[in-house]
Amino acid sequence: MDHIDRQIITATQAGLPLTPEPYQSLAEQIDISEIELMQRLKCMQETGVIRRIGAIPNHYKLGYQHNGMTVWDIDDQYIDTLGTQIGSLDFVSHCYHRPRHLPEWRYNLFAMIHAKTTESAAQQIEQIAALLGEHCRAHEVLYSTRILKKTGLRIKENNVSS
Amino acid sequence: MLNTFTVSKDRTCKNNLHMDKIDRTIINTLQEGFPICSSPYKKVAEGLRISEQELLDRLKVLLESGILSRFGPMYHAEHMGGALTLAAVKAPEQNYDNIADMINSFPEVAHNYAREHALNMWFVLATETPEQIQPIIQTIENKTGLKVYNMPKIQEYFVGLKLEA
Repeated sequence: MDHIDRQIITATQAGLPLTPEPYQSLAEQIDISEIELMQRLKCMQETGVIRRIGAIPNHYKLGYQHNGMTVWDIDDQYIDTLGTQIGSLDFVSHCYHRPRHLPEWRYNLFAMIHAKTTESAAQQIEQIAALLGEHCRAHEVLYSTRILKKTGLRIKENNVSS
Repeated sequence: MLNTFTVSKDRTCKNNLHMDKIDRTIINTLQEGFPICSSPYKKVAEGLRISEQELLDRLKVLLESGILSRFGPMYHAEHMGGALTLAAVKAPEQNYDNIADMINSFPEVAHNYAREHALNMWFVLATETPEQIQPIIQTIENKTGLKVYNMPKIQEYFVGLKLEA
């Protein structure tokens, strides 16, 4: 990534312009050609710097009122196998292995679930529990009650280190 | 096993928004991705059988009403040389909003959620280099007087999901 990629990131991190030719608008802002801007975006998409270009909905406003961070205490030796299985469930949006903070926090597997009803959330949790079986020692579900902030990634253009 | 399905008293967003079928199709389609070409809105609009202007107008409303929280490229922090971590604090109820304001005031805080647990505030830090995470955590601890439980990922199994509108 060079300084032009950084400028592209800075110019788009709040979102794409809602103009008929958004890439042309961005290119003018950065003072490169539209072709170069599009090539760089494609390149960043191929290398994984951009996960995807698209829309992120507010879960609550789409009716997904039950957004639970399910956390599980899993035997470390099985966590990669089980984490991969849980991550492939179609209602799980994020699935990670994270460190414990003993004694207060014993959970090492995190899976985010999204449901429109309590019943459907309960079914999702049961499904995860069934998959984990005896390798799960305990679990909890932390429901979000409010979004306190959601801005996505922000970088400052001048604070470049790489 | 702690599994309480309490209905929260504090749902910020009631599901009383006016979205019609076209809005839902737009939301579902744009979660799949967006083309890189000179007139991408026109291209998407054609697929949806609406005009380019209608797509732009509706997108604007969806963003302004907060139904969409963002529209654009989603960047992968680690692939940019940066770092991400999930962290939590136990914020005392009587000082909850102040703590939230303090934590949200850091531009590195990308998301912050209130959750029902002793650890009742969970936020994601995104920094340009891995070295910046620890000092920010330290600063948040100093500013709030709270212990920050830092839980950087050890392994990522999946990130994705399309929420059907």
